[in-house]
Amino acid sequence: MSHVLVVYTDDEPGVLTRVASLFRRRSFNIHSLTVGPTERPGVSRMTVVVDTDEATARRAVEHLRKLVNVLEVQQLGVGRSNVIRDLALIRVSAGPLKRSEVLQLVEVFRANVVDIADDSLVIECTGSLGKIEALVDTLRPFGIIELGRTGAVAMARGTRTALKAAVAPLRTGTGAMSV
Amino acid sequence: MSHTGAQLIWESLIREGVEIVFGYPGGAILPTYDAMTEYPVRHVLVRHEQSAVHMADGYARASGRVGVVVATSGPGATNLVTGLATAMLDSTPLVAITGQVGSGLLGTDAFQEVDITGITLPVTKHNYLVTRAEDVMPAIREAFAVARSGRPGPVLVDITKDAQQSRATLDWEGAEPKRHLRHLPLPLDRSELDRALELIRSAKRPIILAGHGIQLSNARAEVLALAERADIPFALTLLGLGAVPATHPLSLGMMGMHGESWVNRAIQEADLLIALGMRFDDRVTGKLKEYAPHAKKIHIDIDASELNKLVPVDVAIAADLGDVLRALLPAVPVADRSDWLGAIREWKGDSAVRDIKNLPDDGHLYAAHVMHDLWRLTKGEAVVVTDVGQHQMWEAQYYKHDGERSLITSGGAGTMGFALPAAIGAKFARPEAEVWVVAGDGGFQMTFAELMTAVQEDIKVNIAVINNGYLGMVRQWQALFYEGRYAATPILSPDFVKLADAFGIHGQRVECRGDLAAAVESARAAKGTALIEFKVEQEDSVYPMVPAGAALHDMIRRPAPSVLAETGSDPV
Ligand SMILES: Cc1ncc(C[n+]2csc(CCOP(=O)(O)OP(=O)(O)O)c2C)c(N)n1
Ligand SMILES: [Mg+2]
Repeated sequence: MSHVLVVYTDDEPGVLTRVASLFRRRSFNIHSLTVGPTERPGVSRMTVVVDTDEATARRAVEHLRKLVNVLEVQQLGVGRSNVIRDLALIRVSAGPLKRSEVLQLVEVFRANVVDIADDSLVIECTGSLGKIEALVDTLRPFGIIELGRTGAVAMARGTRTALKAAVAPLRTGTGAMSV
Repeated sequence: MSHTGAQLIWESLIREGVEIVFGYPGGAILPTYDAMTEYPVRHVLVRHEQSAVHMADGYARASGRVGVVVATSGPGATNLVTGLATAMLDSTPLVAITGQVGSGLLGTDAFQEVDITGITLPVTKHNYLVTRAEDVMPAIREAFAVARSGRPGPVLVDITKDAQQSRATLDWEGAEPKRHLRHLPLPLDRSELDRALELIRSAKRPIILAGHGIQLSNARAEVLALAERADIPFALTLLGLGAVPATHPLSLGMMGMHGESWVNRAIQEADLLIALGMRFDDRVTGKLKEYAPHAKKIHIDIDASELNKLVPVDVAIAADLGDVLRALLPAVPVADRSDWLGAIREWKGDSAVRDIKNLPDDGHLYAAHVMHDLWRLTKGEAVVVTDVGQHQMWEAQYYKHDGERSLITSGGAGTMGFALPAAIGAKFARPEAEVWVVAGDGGFQMTFAELMTAVQEDIKVNIAVINNGYLGMVRQWQALFYEGRYAATPILSPDFVKLADAFGIHGQRVECRGDLAAAVESARAAKGTALIEFKVEQEDSVYPMVPAGAALHDMIRRPAPSVLAETGSDPV
């Protein structure tokens, strides 16, 4: 089962390695991982999709929270309450005979053609993981020459932003061990 | 630009209260060593960098302070790895400072360039690569904060040579760290506390599992208050020994693979486990599926990632143990559980009869006797630092630790070679304490070069080398599970008395129990470090034992004694 983790981190060298190393070491299976800047300078945002059970996903969250460079981790379900988007570039074989058929499918999926060559097209498609998989499946019979995907970027619907909560007052509790 | 980076390292250490560092110099850290002479910090020159980490570890565990290590780049830094992993697995707060090649050379495979931040990433809580003098103080200050906060652990700060040599302004206030606060525990959740209370109230057969976290959280008084108020017995993990007193009437002893059978049985029959600052290591649970099948479980640990990791629990509280218990205690009802305690006592009587400790001297020297007698001769007041193997388990079984921080051992990593350097570190931390090393003939040969460090630094530790001619613990497994094929476990040793002599320390050999007391007394009386080689039974095994992967109650019991047991002679 897929779980989506949104991880806010310091924008520093080596942070990606720390996150990736954690996933490797604890044998959490990464389906995709994307990183990019956020509305706050100095803060990066990763979306990690892991294929695992609920308990393991929760453990991944707790392990991520132990990294000094992690500001906050949000666990999002893959359901409708969250927006999860992936971008795919698909080079599909489409000679003169098949071209109009492919173009029709592009229309149906509300994808775009971004490059045209003699016997192939490059299609750009943004959407949920399911939509992209469906488009890829539909195009497969025509012959997919090259496929590139960004991996998912996710955001909860509504007004809450995890980052604000995380960055505002730091957590309380003494937490101070005697050492 | 008031200071060099090298000076800023020492300025930071001094402000963190550091009085002693353990290290070994080399080219990339030379500017820092050069600056050291201006500062009131004692430097202990080790014989191998791994030992520097173990020393700092022993120092930290004995004192509750942060241990500090200094090493050079390349091989100096890679030699730290085993020590860091050892500290990481046992939650010891350490800061290791390594030199690195100049920042312009990073990534060029320069002489003695090793990516130590990459290598140590999974065995440190966090690490830093510092390439500018102005970043030195913030990095070191944060390193100490990270090492100490939450669940403690080791932190490494790798500092390029040019960062040590160039100058920056000293700004301590400006270097105040904040990021370590990001994931401290949330305020206590009253409803979780209430659920814990409810479980405690309704339990008939509860048991406290006491771990290392009690010491790290300084929560001994609170744990004892809980146990006494609610009349709940406690079982200890290996690292929990000493966290609460062994001779307390509610203390059952050690649990797990080499725990006593009545302790493991009590856990298997309990209806409530209250796990305090422990992490259900496979060495204490045995087969998970059959672990404490009748028990509800409360787990309190500061590290949220430990909760529900292996053992699913009914109440999980991620917070400082002392904080939780202080909040809980006023509402814990006073109880009398004499039925439950009586049942455990009955199980104990049955096993205690078989205990080798109760057997008369048959002319052979048993390691169990050595530990038992050492406990009596030192009145249980020594700080004992053990290595890894059979002797470690015998020590845990027969030396009753009452005092806090009185047993120092590598539990999570099981690192052979730990004991001697860690003991030297412990002695630096607590010069007034009597410190004993208990090591096997195998492990002692891994780091005995540190004897010279003890001599050079004028440090007195007493050393018991338990010589059984084998890598005994591995031999035991071969005897039990590999049909007695002793592949690569017989091990020769040098003449330890002559070895002691070569190092200029007191050395003695004991081959029968009758000579033990006198030897221990003369070692204690010797001015400097003293070594006793105990030539013990070669093919003796540690009992009881839960074979790896078996359920906790599936123990291999102590073989019935061939001589009629003389019980009752020894009350504890
Ligand atoms: C560095 C390291 N290497 C290997 C082991 C595996 N190991 C565990 S116990 C043991 C035997 C220890 O022998 P010795 O020091 O003589 O102690 P004994 O068991 O005989 O008391 C070994 C080899 C280890 N724990 N650590
Ligand atoms: Mg041995």
